[in-house]
Amino acid sequence: MDFLRPASWEEALAAKAEHPTAVPIAGGTDVMVEINFDHRRPEYLMDLNRIGDLREWETGADTVRLGASVPYTQIMENLRAELPGLALASHTVASPQIRNRGGVGGNLGTASPAGDAHPALLASGGEVEVESAARGVRMIPIDEFYLGVKRNAMEQDELIRAVHLPKATGPQQFSKVGTRNAMVIAVCAFGIALHPETKTVRTGIGSAAPTPVRAKEAEAFLAAALEEGGHWESGAPVAPSVAKQFAQLASGACNPIDDVRGSAKYRRHAVGIMARRTLGWVWESYRGDGRTAQGGAQCA
Amino acid sequence: MRVKFTVNGREQTADDVWEGESLLYVLRERMGLPGSKNACEQGECGSCTVRLDGVPVCSCLVAAGQVEGREVVTVEGLADFARQRAEHGGCGAGVCGGKGTTLDEAKGWAAKPTGTGDSQAGEQGTSPHTALSPIQQAFIDAGAVQCGFCTPGLLVAADELLERNNQPSDADIREALSGNLCRCTGYEKILDAVRLAAARGESETAGTGA
Repeated sequence: MDFLRPASWEEALAAKAEHPTAVPIAGGTDVMVEINFDHRRPEYLMDLNRIGDLREWETGADTVRLGASVPYTQIMENLRAELPGLALASHTVASPQIRNRGGVGGNLGTASPAGDAHPALLASGGEVEVESAARGVRMIPIDEFYLGVKRNAMEQDELIRAVHLPKATGPQQFSKVGTRNAMVIAVCAFGIALHPETKTVRTGIGSAAPTPVRAKEAEAFLAAALEEGGHWESGAPVAPSVAKQFAQLASGACNPIDDVRGSAKYRRHAVGIMARRTLGWVWESYRGDGRTAQGGAQCA
Repeated sequence: MRVKFTVNGREQTADDVWEGESLLYVLRERMGLPGSKNACEQGECGSCTVRLDGVPVCSCLVAAGQVEGREVVTVEGLADFARQRAEHGGCGAGVCGGKGTTLDEAKGWAAKPTGTGDSQAGEQGTSPHTALSPIQQAFIDAGAVQCGFCTPGLLVAADELLERNNQPSDADIREALSGNLCRCTGYEKILDAVRLAAARGESETAGTGA
């Protein structure tokens, strides 16, 4: 095994071009487990910790450019307003020690269906900035990023530099089922984001299909129901029948398996429950915000 | 490969490090610092927790090569780290002019008796390496140690919590220690210990009029 220590992004791209099998390591929270357990013996290990700008983020007018190695702790502490769904998801990642090291780039690189960031990324929408020495920057829409179990849309010579996410324009929520509050891989997870400016809803489901997926039918159904009822304008409550249908459609978007963490049946059920609950949370929040903005008509 | 980094305030060099080796392995097997425990090797248990550039991390998940030029504090250096932080206001591990802890001191530290009575912390000021950090003392006084395997990781994590939040709520403590597993105590005594250390820190501050 060789240990590569690029001091800059350009050096890292050059090293990856020269050694396409090199395994990038940043937080190490996935890669080191595989090495410790002898599941993986990469020819080259490439440390990205020396590239400082991977740990930086920039908040623009409409988007946040989040460096691939920004630790989850930083996302929780600094980007709660801009990326509320991702901040909530970050808070459920493992433990403080792991959140201090791991970042979204690692979740994307590993592309495990159980990665906690994925449902939030799918619900938010956005693009993954990948780059190679040969072909330069490529922006991959998050919807096209996940191809299979632990397979993503990257080429061998590419590295993840950042993700570009729209700043939230509406409430976002995240929910995760596990055996305890900390240190769990999701049995399944659900993310939802309201996008009032386009009157759309986006979702993300984790650990309930070979890849993280959106519940597109559920999204379309809900958007139509909200539009039809004039809910975006009135802020009127979502009818229980609508929430129920949304939950059923979300459940139907799953394609889970039975494994040690849970059965397929349970996962489908739990995703439906999380869909209904998180819809309730975001809609209450949307109504609350809307009314406050309109002059505090809400009664105590 | 060779890896040079600062351990407990002193620069150290490890040779013949395998490229896939963890920081934990280097600390335990190459530097003779077995305080950080090797249990799950997958970041689940927190017993290998150390500070890397001040940040608590699982040393089993840090590749040795990644710590080149960086600063690590282990449980063996925790007493010195805490003492220097108290003296220099938030700066530990020798980075602000303290001399740090040598490997020999660190190795010997654990073997030394920590005192004879029940108030050993403040009475041995002439030999700083025998003094416990406030969190260590609190763990003993609260009975938070049983088999002791998880203790080093918990001490490092709890010390860092109190560094950033000297009056943690119970929820803060639970959150900060959520990555450290203990199979003996049921955690109640551990929570007691952190509350005790926080309360003592508070009364000390009050006593100095700060």
